[in-house]
Amino acid sequence: MGAGHGHRLHYHGHSVVHRAPAHLKLVALVGFMLLVVATPRQWFWVFAVHAVVLLTVVGLSRVPPAYLAKRMVVETPFVLFAVLVPFIAEGPRVDVLGLAVSEPGLLAAWGLLVKGTLGVLASLTLAATTEPHDVLAGLRRLRMPDLFVQIMGFMLRYLDVVTAELGRMSTAMRSRGLDPRSPRHWPVLARSLGSLFIRSYERGERVHLAMVARGYDGTLPTREQPS
Amino acid sequence: MSVPVLDVRGLAHAYPDGHQALFGVDLHVHRGERVALLGPNGAGKTTLVLHLNGILTAGAGSVHVSGMAVEKKNLKEVRRRVGVVFQDPDDQLFSATVRDDVAFGPANLGVRGPELEACVRGALAQVGMLEHADRPPHHLSFGQRRRVAVATVLAMQPEILVLDEPSSNLDPASRRELADILRGLDVTVLMVTHDLPYALELCPRAVVLHDGQVVADGATHDLLTDAELMRRHRLELPFGFDPAALPRPGPVVT
Repeated sequence: MGAGHGHRLHYHGHSVVHRAPAHLKLVALVGFMLLVVATPRQWFWVFAVHAVVLLTVVGLSRVPPAYLAKRMVVETPFVLFAVLVPFIAEGPRVDVLGLAVSEPGLLAAWGLLVKGTLGVLASLTLAATTEPHDVLAGLRRLRMPDLFVQIMGFMLRYLDVVTAELGRMSTAMRSRGLDPRSPRHWPVLARSLGSLFIRSYERGERVHLAMVARGYDGTLPTREQPS
Repeated sequence: MSVPVLDVRGLAHAYPDGHQALFGVDLHVHRGERVALLGPNGAGKTTLVLHLNGILTAGAGSVHVSGMAVEKKNLKEVRRRVGVVFQDPDDQLFSATVRDDVAFGPANLGVRGPELEACVRGALAQVGMLEHADRPPHHLSFGQRRRVAVATVLAMQPEILVLDEPSSNLDPASRRELADILRGLDVTVLMVTHDLPYALELCPRAVVLHDGQVVADGATHDLLTDAELMRRHRLELPFGFDPAALPRPGPVVT
C-alpha cells in the first residue's frame, strides 16, 4: 500500500553536498555537533560563526529552506522545555517584557535552544542530502560494527511496513467508532501499540526464518558495488 | 526408481509446549513433480514445511532431500536444495533493492562477482521482474513482490521449490501470472495451499494432511471429486466450482 517514494526526509538533488561521500558527511556532522555542544553558551559570536557555516552548507545543498523549516517541528518539545527553564530556574531575576525571569535560567534556555537548533538543522541537512542506504554504507566504511549497521538497515526497511500496519489498525479502530484524539481512548491506543510491538516482534522472527532458509549465518553478504 | 527429491519417513514433531503437530508423516516427491499439500488450518502443513529445510528438527522419523539427510551438518546444502517461499513477501524481502534481495541467497552460498550477477538476472528473468532489479521491494505491487520472493529462492537453484500459500492475497490476474511462471519452471514444486482450483490447475498430484497425518495422496482431480473425503477433512471447493466438469488429466506417476 501507498508507501511514499523515496524517504520522507530526503530531498532529491545533485548538489556538491548531495554528491559528497556519505562517510565524510557523517564525520563532518558528528564533528560539528561536538564543536557546537562544547562551545560555552556565553560565546555568542562563536554561535553566529557556527550558524553561518551551517547555513552556507544548506545553501550549497540547494535544499529549499522551507523544506527544512517544516521538518524542524521535531524540535518543538525541546523548545517548550527551553522556554520553561527561565521561569523555573533559581538565581537573580531580570525583567523581560514585564516578566521576572531567572537570569541563569535565561542563559541556560539560550544554550539549549541554540545548540539544539544547530544540531537538528545539521542532521536534517544530512538526511535531506543523503539516501538512507548511503548513510548505512558510510557507517560501514567508518567501521561501525556490522551488527549495528544491519539492525539500522532493517529498521529503515521495515519502518514503512510497521507504520502502514499501525495505520491499518488505527483505521480499523476508527471504523468502530474510536476517536484517537479523545483522551478517553488513550488506553486503547496504548494497547494497540503493545500489540503492534508483538506483531513487529513476530515479523522479526519470520524475517529471520526466511533469511535462515536462504543460508543466512549471521553476516550479510557485502553489498556489491553498484554497477 | 530414482532417489526421490523429497523423502519424508515417519516424521513426528511436538512443539516445546507439548502440542504435537505431526504424527508419523510419510511423503515422497519425485523429480519434476508438482504436488499440492492440502489440509485445513492447523493440520500441520507449515510445521511440515519447516522440517523440509531443517528450521525445525524431527522429533522422530527422517527427512531426506535427494538422498541427503536433513541434519545439522548438512544444513547449508539442504537449504540450497530446498527453496522455501514464505507466505508474506514482506517477510522475505528485506533489502534496499530487488537485486540485493535476490543476491542474498546465492551470496550466502559463496557465489560472487559476475557469476552472482548472472544468477540474479537469471532468477529475475524467470519471474519476469528483470526490469525492476534496481527498485526497492517495498515500492512494488503485492503480486510483483510475491514474484520477487520466488526469484530470491530460484536464484539458489533449488531442487525443490516449496511455496506456502502462493496465491493468497493476489488479484486474479497476478494469480494467473504466477501460475504461468510456476508452470514454466523446470523444477520440482511442493505447494501448500487452500486454493483448491489453483492446486487442480497446477498440481497433477495432491496430498491431504489432517491432524498431523497424511490422510490422502493421489491425483488432485480424484481427491477433489471425492465428496466424502473432502467433507471429512474440512476441504471445500469455492462456490460454483465443479472439478468433475473438467477433464481428468492423465495418470499420475508416483
